[in-house]
Amino acid sequence: MISIHLALFLIFGVVAVAGAVNLLAQRHPINAALSLIAVMAALAGEYMLLGAEFLAAVQVIVYAGAIMVLFVFVIMLLNAGVEERTEGSRVAIIFGIPGVLLGSILVAWVILRYSETEAVPAGALPGAPSTIGQLLFHEFLLPFEITSILILIAIMGAVVLASKPEPAAGGPSKKLATEQKVND
Amino acid sequence: MPLWLYIVSSVVKSAIVLGVLLTAVAYTVWLERKVVGHMQNRWGPTRVGPFGLLQPAADGLKFLFKEDLTPPHVYKPLYIAAPMIAVIFALTSIAVIPFGTYITIDGYNIPLQITTDVNTALLLILGVTSIGVYGVALAGWSSNNKYSLLGGLRASAQMVSYEISLGLSLVGVLILAGSFSLRDIVNAQGGYFLGFIPRWNFFLQPIGFFCYLMAAYAETNRIPFDLPEAETELVAGYHTEYSAMKFAMFFMAEYANMITVACLATLLFFGGWLSPFNENVWLQAHGAPQVVLALLPVLWFAAKVVVFLFIYIWVRGTLPRFRYDQLMAFGWKFLLPLALVNLIATAIAVAW
Repeated sequence: MISIHLALFLIFGVVAVAGAVNLLAQRHPINAALSLIAVMAALAGEYMLLGAEFLAAVQVIVYAGAIMVLFVFVIMLLNAGVEERTEGSRVAIIFGIPGVLLGSILVAWVILRYSETEAVPAGALPGAPSTIGQLLFHEFLLPFEITSILILIAIMGAVVLASKPEPAAGGPSKKLATEQKVND
Repeated sequence: MPLWLYIVSSVVKSAIVLGVLLTAVAYTVWLERKVVGHMQNRWGPTRVGPFGLLQPAADGLKFLFKEDLTPPHVYKPLYIAAPMIAVIFALTSIAVIPFGTYITIDGYNIPLQITTDVNTALLLILGVTSIGVYGVALAGWSSNNKYSLLGGLRASAQMVSYEISLGLSLVGVLILAGSFSLRDIVNAQGGYFLGFIPRWNFFLQPIGFFCYLMAAYAETNRIPFDLPEAETELVAGYHTEYSAMKFAMFFMAEYANMITVACLATLLFFGGWLSPFNENVWLQAHGAPQVVLALLPVLWFAAKVVVFLFIYIWVRGTLPRFRYDQLMAFGWKFLLPLALVNLIATAIAVAW
């Protein structure tokens, strides 16, 4: 059974990496967004294999199912076309790919060489919904609530920035509207 | 359980469930045409077979032999992938739905459910259905047609909006059951109030059930929320450019989603395979064979699902379509607060 787990883990890992590479290689934004969804789904599979079932389900619901839908929505709405290649992007490819490879090898080496934690067999960590609920709502209740409020404030800020200026007391906003019409 | 028995039982269960599901999809279409027909003082299909019962087969043949047009202006990879995405995710979510108790073979208990009892089953279903929206959205975008695009945009906005109410309406049930596992949720509904009213969540969570039903209708793009394919405004919405089997795949996905929603409503609010009467005890006492005891719950489950499908069709035959701003206002300003209030009230009542 462990070998099946390992094989699935490797398959999902390959899918995730291939999706990430494809995300960079694709020139059309919608293809790039779809590759990102593939990466998210593959990561959910990895979480599931590691025993974090709740995290896997939330990964699919929140990232693949909600946030990426909004990405795709915006791409569809703007009807964004194929991205253009410039001289700069060729330079970025020539220097960027070796640079990224070097950097990731460095990071991997440091982690493997100097980390104090050990590898854990798949499914050994508790990831059941009840465990996460206990942690979130007992031990880390205050950080959890503060993060929620932070997100709420950020959302309200976005709404305020995006909303139209209020048509207060007739005069100026009407002028604004007509100006906009002229500009259009 | 030995591995071979596990594999064989999984394959057999998958084959049976998929076969039943696809047949059910075909006959839900027949039921819909028949019921809506009678509501509108018509007969519905009558020509193919007795009561038009072979109509689904005739429809299937027609879809297979129709010319499969691919318009020249579409973005081909996604145009072809979109119906597949829709139908694959619509059929996937049935995998974690339990439809009965256990069958005992050779001393091993085999659960009547394709997978074993996953303890995040409900979340998995929500996740898979939320991915299903890509089928509709991508179909609308890749068709390169403004009506299709509008349909796709409407579908994605609508599904993201109603998903929140859908999720919140279920939390009340989860608090009462204390588990994400659908089997545990059903088992928590065993027993009776006052000795004769079954202890179903519907009687404890009527508001939650109402919110779930509304949100689920919107999630499956059914009347009165079928804005993505509103004929009067958008020709046919996201599937305008599709023909033959690709169009049929969208159709199948819609009906498969309806069946999933009906199964979930049955499991979460109406006691799943539990019977409203106490006949299982009586049958056991009178020495009924094991097969009857195992299959009777499945029958109860199927009967409840059919009732929900009938309600779906009934609503379609009764209500007109919402306007798009009404749809959004209803979802955000009425359904979401109602689901939140229900959640808070349930939490307080349980904590008491």
